[in-house]
Amino acid sequence: MKTHIRSYPRFLWRAMGVATDGSWVFYTWMTVLTAIFLVGANAWAHQMVGGMGLTAMSDHVSWGLYIANFAFTVGLAAGAVMMVIPAYVYDDHDMHDVVIIGEILAVASIAMALLFVNVDLGRPDRIWHMTPFLGRFNWPISMLTWDVVVLSGYLLINLHITGYLLYTRFRGERPRRRWYVPFVLLSIVWAVSIHTVTAFLFSGLGGRPFWNTALLAPRFLVSAFVSGPAFIILALQVIRRFTDVKLPFGPVWTLVKILRVTVFINLFLVVSEVFTEFYTGGSHTASANYLYFGLHGHDALVPWIWTAVVFNTAAAGMLLLSSKRQMWLIDIACVLTFVAVWIEKGMGLVVPGFVPSTLHELVEYVPNELEWRVMFGIWAFGMMIFTLGIKIAMEIFAGRMRMEPAEAEPEPAAAEVA
Amino acid sequence: MTDFVSRRTLMKGAGATLGAAAFARALAPLTEFGETLDMQGMLQKHYKELSTEDMHGVLRRLEEKTKEEYGAEVFIDDVRPIPDVQFGYALNLSACIGCRKCAEACHEENNHDRATNNSYIRVLAIDKGTVDLAFSETDYDGFVPQKDKYYMPVQCHQCDNAPCVKVCPVEATWKEADGIVVVDYDWCIGCRYCEAACPYHARRFNWSKPEIPAEEINPNQAYLSNRVRPQGVMEKCTFCLHRTRKGQMPACLEACPTGSRVFGNLLDPESEIRQVLLNKRVFVLKEDLGTQPRFFYFFDE
Repeated sequence: MKTHIRSYPRFLWRAMGVATDGSWVFYTWMTVLTAIFLVGANAWAHQMVGGMGLTAMSDHVSWGLYIANFAFTVGLAAGAVMMVIPAYVYDDHDMHDVVIIGEILAVASIAMALLFVNVDLGRPDRIWHMTPFLGRFNWPISMLTWDVVVLSGYLLINLHITGYLLYTRFRGERPRRRWYVPFVLLSIVWAVSIHTVTAFLFSGLGGRPFWNTALLAPRFLVSAFVSGPAFIILALQVIRRFTDVKLPFGPVWTLVKILRVTVFINLFLVVSEVFTEFYTGGSHTASANYLYFGLHGHDALVPWIWTAVVFNTAAAGMLLLSSKRQMWLIDIACVLTFVAVWIEKGMGLVVPGFVPSTLHELVEYVPNELEWRVMFGIWAFGMMIFTLGIKIAMEIFAGRMRMEPAEAEPEPAAAEVA
Repeated sequence: MTDFVSRRTLMKGAGATLGAAAFARALAPLTEFGETLDMQGMLQKHYKELSTEDMHGVLRRLEEKTKEEYGAEVFIDDVRPIPDVQFGYALNLSACIGCRKCAEACHEENNHDRATNNSYIRVLAIDKGTVDLAFSETDYDGFVPQKDKYYMPVQCHQCDNAPCVKVCPVEATWKEADGIVVVDYDWCIGCRYCEAACPYHARRFNWSKPEIPAEEINPNQAYLSNRVRPQGVMEKCTFCLHRTRKGQMPACLEACPTGSRVFGNLLDPESEIRQVLLNKRVFVLKEDLGTQPRFFYFFDE
């Protein structure tokens, strides 16, 4: 215990050092992200003063770009579990070495998801009303309270796992299985829960037929298992190509194999949804009609959703036909499907739920500049967390950030075992 | 080497300072938002947890704030439900001519934002021969009634199984003993989940601070109904509880030139609303959703 009092602050201090030290590429990347983040923060500050009226949202379309990104980033966090399952359930050793990247992505994505809900609040100054006991937490009736519980739980679990693994490595010890494996297994179930609850948030509303479908939670999960692996493949490729960290190729290929399956299940679920909507017809199909074909001359989302359809189909084909020697093709497929899922689960899901309105009024929504700024600001913040997390992790794994033996006081071995 | 390290540390320090300054600069507009907040308001408890003295203090503070911000002398009351009263509302679709006088009266009575011409009532003009809302419009113009249309005003249905109440994460909206669904404007966090949940588009959000000239402000106000709402919170029709709980009729009913509107106590066998429910062919909107509205429609012929 005594040694931790000395070594933990040292761990944090060294981590801070690593986080602010690097090549010119690193400095440029971080400076650009900081700049974008600040632009976003400034836009949000203006929104706080002038009110949500500064966004393009209205009483007809009362959720927009922010909630769209919220749904997507929750999915990204859940998608990271596609590294955890091969690593821990199937004991893939190569994956085991890089699984921390997935866990850091989970942390960064949850941070983004929480920010996206917060910037959507009219009164974030009253957020304390949500704290159990102090405020009035409408649990278990409101699905939003479930989301708060599962999202913060997932954040804590992943912070614990990454923090513990990095800290023990920093101390030059082998991590003890019982201090993290149970949490890893818990995180798998929990990952499913965060995205299920987020889907229930929408699918539980009887007044919005476009969302009120039992297929929503399965679709959310499958599309998360598309966007998550796609993002991680790209991140691994970037790390392999642009840094001096040596990563095995095995995990990349495992993720490609997963993606080859999930991308098709995702397309299948989209087809199921589209069939049921259009074959049945009637006024419940109005939202789907608006989304895919436009309604009475209103067609703001049509180009978006067809972009998603084309990107997803193209990515599926590319993934199916490419080999290990055509990684460039796989990289392109990952970018395409990531963007496609962002459209499909973001704007393509949230906005048509409101168009037409529950009284069948047709009021459209196109996000304005302020909303884009806030969105990119939050994404930049998330990418900063991700970059710094990976950087610290890679330094520790490469043995460059390690506690000197002299820094720790000698301690009887027995004390640690207990 | 040492020289290089110290230069690098110096650069880091400069970078951090610059970053912090830029961050402070970016968030500077927030100070303006902070000025609108006061400590008492920020720490105010939930409506149901306020004692009588607490409530007294809150009401006086809100009156002062209205005076300060809008220049209007108002009286804000905390009107509680009357025992053994269950409110219900019915609307005669055969009589309604779509003049929107009800929406206008609501706008004035409930201190709605003048700039957006907000009201808790939307009037649909529906094609004769259908009850499908897909064949309706709200932005009709010109003379009413048109021969090929009938008109359906829609406001909060005060559902007994209200989706909006279920979804609220902080219990800022609830159903009162007399059946009226209310919002504590000082507790709402503005997530707009209730607005997404409502099948009748009955809820409104204060996208900006409401603008009302002092002389147009209705000074007879209640905490849970028509007091001027803060920016960033939800609002909705309360069947004018500041009037109806004192024995008056809702403003929309009084404004109706055709007598289409029937309001009263469902528990009173002699009331007009009871007679309508007993003798007319009555229906509720979107009955299949199981929301159990307190707002009924009927055709009179």
